[in-house]
Amino acid sequence: MAQYNHEHGTDRPAVVQYVDWLGGVVRGDLGESLAQERPVWDVLGPALVNSMKLAAFAFLLVVPLGILGGVVAGLRAGRPTDRTITVVGLSLAVVPEFVTGLVLILVFAIWLGWLPVTAQWDEGAGALTQVRYLTLPAIALAIVLFGYIARITRAGVVESLEADYTRTAYLKGLSHATVIRRHVLRNALMPTIAVVATQVGYLVGGLVAIEYLFNYQGLGLMLLHAAQLKDFTVLTAGVLVMGVVYLLATLVADVLFALLNPRIRYGAVE
Amino acid sequence: MSTIAAPRSEAAAARRERVRLLLRSPSFLIGATVIVFWLVCAILGSRITPYHPIFDQSSDPSLRPSSAHVFGTDRLGRDVFSRVLAGSRDILIVAPLAVVLSTILGTAFGLVTGYFRGIADDTISRVFDAVLAIPVIVLAVTVVAALGSRSTWAVTVIIATVFAPIIARTVRAAVLAEAQLDYVEAAGLRGERAPYVMFAEILPNVMPPILVEATIRLGYAIFAVATLTFIGFGLQPPSPDWAVQIADNYAYVDQQWWTVLFPGLAIASLVVAVNLVSDSVQQALER
Repeated sequence: MAQYNHEHGTDRPAVVQYVDWLGGVVRGDLGESLAQERPVWDVLGPALVNSMKLAAFAFLLVVPLGILGGVVAGLRAGRPTDRTITVVGLSLAVVPEFVTGLVLILVFAIWLGWLPVTAQWDEGAGALTQVRYLTLPAIALAIVLFGYIARITRAGVVESLEADYTRTAYLKGLSHATVIRRHVLRNALMPTIAVVATQVGYLVGGLVAIEYLFNYQGLGLMLLHAAQLKDFTVLTAGVLVMGVVYLLATLVADVLFALLNPRIRYGAVE
Repeated sequence: MSTIAAPRSEAAAARRERVRLLLRSPSFLIGATVIVFWLVCAILGSRITPYHPIFDQSSDPSLRPSSAHVFGTDRLGRDVFSRVLAGSRDILIVAPLAVVLSTILGTAFGLVTGYFRGIADDTISRVFDAVLAIPVIVLAVTVVAALGSRSTWAVTVIIATVFAPIIARTVRAAVLAEAQLDYVEAAGLRGERAPYVMFAEILPNVMPPILVEATIRLGYAIFAVATLTFIGFGLQPPSPDWAVQIADNYAYVDQQWWTVLFPGLAIASLVVAVNLVSDSVQQALER
């Protein structure tokens, strides 16, 4: 016991251990997994890649669909189409993703037999096979996010439809399609970008339940295993990575926001 | 006397108007009905279920839904319908309790940071920002792993702690706007102490956003408790909780879909109902 503690440095004061760990982190050394006795990066790296694949797939599905749903709802604000999109979208958004995932598994994997039950493909599977395995978990994640993205886009559309510049554009004699495309949509999408970025952080959290449900070897499942085994080096590293992903997403959103909004872009120069 | 009574009755009239609007909104009525139904099930528990939700294992295991067992039976021969009815109890204790705790904590922090500002605000708010960068579920899993306790109490306190910064942020924003107003300055000039100004002057005026935030949090709390339970870090068997049932049975989903589908639909009905209610409350209060 004493020897084990000495080898892992856990016989030193907590502050010393923390400073040592921090020193390693800034040099890119996250230490060694306590449960698997290999560098944390070897555990973390492949899991991170897997999670990125799933998250990217979910985003590719939900961002265009969410924006489309929001625009359609916004242009028909107050009518039955709008109500249906808003109520269904928000109701689906609040159901935990493991419940949505279970219903998807039941319908598409077990009753219809179209897609596999788990998301773990055989080694060396091609890109298309991987997409097939990832379809159900990606849809489950997308369903939860759809409502938020659609709601914010809808609000943006409604606001810019009422704005003075839209009235001016119509009075200038522009066609309905041009006004919508050039004036309404451009302005309506600004808040959407900010929301999409904050949802990245949420998506990372949603990965935990979905990866557990579909038994997918991603960051979320890795974190769960680490927590069960009390493998704290892997656990802290995983939480650190999730925090970094969230910060990066927020940063990208700020940059995109500036690129799309001339007021912020030129404001910085003046 | 009449000068004081007039605004009072006006406020009361406005409140009655809000309640009237709320009672006429179909989404509020549907949501409230579903919540009341689950509350009744939670209170009466095994007294209204056809079989005992935990101890009755007299039926054959894994029976398909039939007239004797509307939702079928699980691997241990327990009636799924009885377990679904009894399954609302734990989550309806843990989630609201966590929300009350986190609202108290969050309001206290929000008042202090918003009223004093300066260095206390900077320190506390930066810590909260860091906490908010980590997804709620991940944070909760980490805390559970570190504490090593998975009791119902631990789950409640953890969810409350994780939600408190979110509420504190909302309260802080409301307090910042409120602290600019003349009545706060007047209280300061009268020589009132800071706690009095915060709790007796500002707090009553920031109650509406706090209430809205609390009702929204209730939906998220149910979401979080259910998810934590499903991944094994929340409520534990033998509780007939819905997420416990799903975690217990989803490995056999291909042979007995009824043991996971019905608890899943029950969770969905409760969260959707809570959100319908919080949406209508929000609309009524912000009118």
